[in-house]
Amino acid sequence: MSKLYLARNPRVAARSLDGEMMIMSGRDSTLFTLNKTATILWQSADGTTPLDQIVEHRICTEFEVEPAEALHDAESLARELASHEILQISEEPIPPRSPVAGETR
Amino acid sequence: MPELATEVDRLSLVIEIGGMPVRVHTTDPRFLAMLQDRYAGFVTSSERAEIEFDVQLTPPSFPDPAAPARVTHRLGRWTLERGDFRAEWEPASRTGWIRQTANPYSIDAVLRIVHTLVLARQGGFLMHSASAIRNGKAFLFAGVSEAGKTTISRLAPPDATLLTDEISYVRKQGQGYVAYGTPFTGELAKLGENVSAPIAALYLLAKGSENRIDPIPPGEAARSLLANLLFFAEDEELVQSTFHSAFEFVSRVPVSRLTFVPDARVWELIG
Repeated sequence: MSKLYLARNPRVAARSLDGEMMIMSGRDSTLFTLNKTATILWQSADGTTPLDQIVEHRICTEFEVEPAEALHDAESLARELASHEILQISEEPIPPRSPVAGETR
Repeated sequence: MPELATEVDRLSLVIEIGGMPVRVHTTDPRFLAMLQDRYAGFVTSSERAEIEFDVQLTPPSFPDPAAPARVTHRLGRWTLERGDFRAEWEPASRTGWIRQTANPYSIDAVLRIVHTLVLARQGGFLMHSASAIRNGKAFLFAGVSEAGKTTISRLAPPDATLLTDEISYVRKQGQGYVAYGTPFTGELAKLGENVSAPIAALYLLAKGSENRIDPIPPGEAARSLLANLLFFAEDEELVQSTFHSAFEFVSRVPVSRLTFVPDARVWELIG
């Protein structure tokens, strides 16, 4: 099975308040409040740590869950977050990029 | 050789909202008079203007008044469009133009949008809320349509100064926030007073069977504030900056839920 890497989309705004992680899309101003698992994925999405390691070290230690099941659920969740342009996902490590690189203003 | 063009008188007035003077130029004296009436209390004799707009009046038309505004930024120039107007504004030169028919609603929308754009870069914002000053402190009452903004404004006692019954003007100042009066009215159709005061509290309005104030979790406060902000621009940088401003605000200003029955006793809890 191939590795999956996650990175935060630099084009969203994010804030943690009293344990709640809130994200706003810079594209259409949609506001998202992340649940605990999504918050862990967001916080761990450094572009270089593969998802299976995030699940093993951050999710399985936090919740009582089978590693294989946790990885399956985390991958679904990561793809959903990517569909909202909150995360970027790739089968290769994701290099950091500037928030508005390449944009004409 | 005869003259091909006639010099047309250029008339102007300065509308100062939130401490930001905007000069409006027109060649139509009736339109000028309409603006003087519409913005009474906010028209100043200030020589200084932070923005200058030329209003180009077009023949009467019947555009869709409910059409959404579109606000875009490209190459240092903002374009503001709605069914009833088109405007451009260049912050670097502090100048712009508005093309609209001779009505007060189009320019009102342009002013609201321009103020949100300017405030967004300064940590402030416009929000759907009534606001009033009592005992030297400003109180904001936020809520969507029918939440009670007009009702709470109508119930305000004589010692409260109404800043607005519809759109509050919030400017960051030092470590706190200041609310300014606005001419942006709701159902009360009464212009706010052109004064300001430090904001002491933001109340999220709810109608109920008794008057009471309840604390709300910070996350809910931030979400509610964001839901009530006026924001038009399709611009990632400004969206991000407004998002962070909302969190900054809830970290500095107490936010509570104000449940009230529609009578004047609710004001015993305010101030």
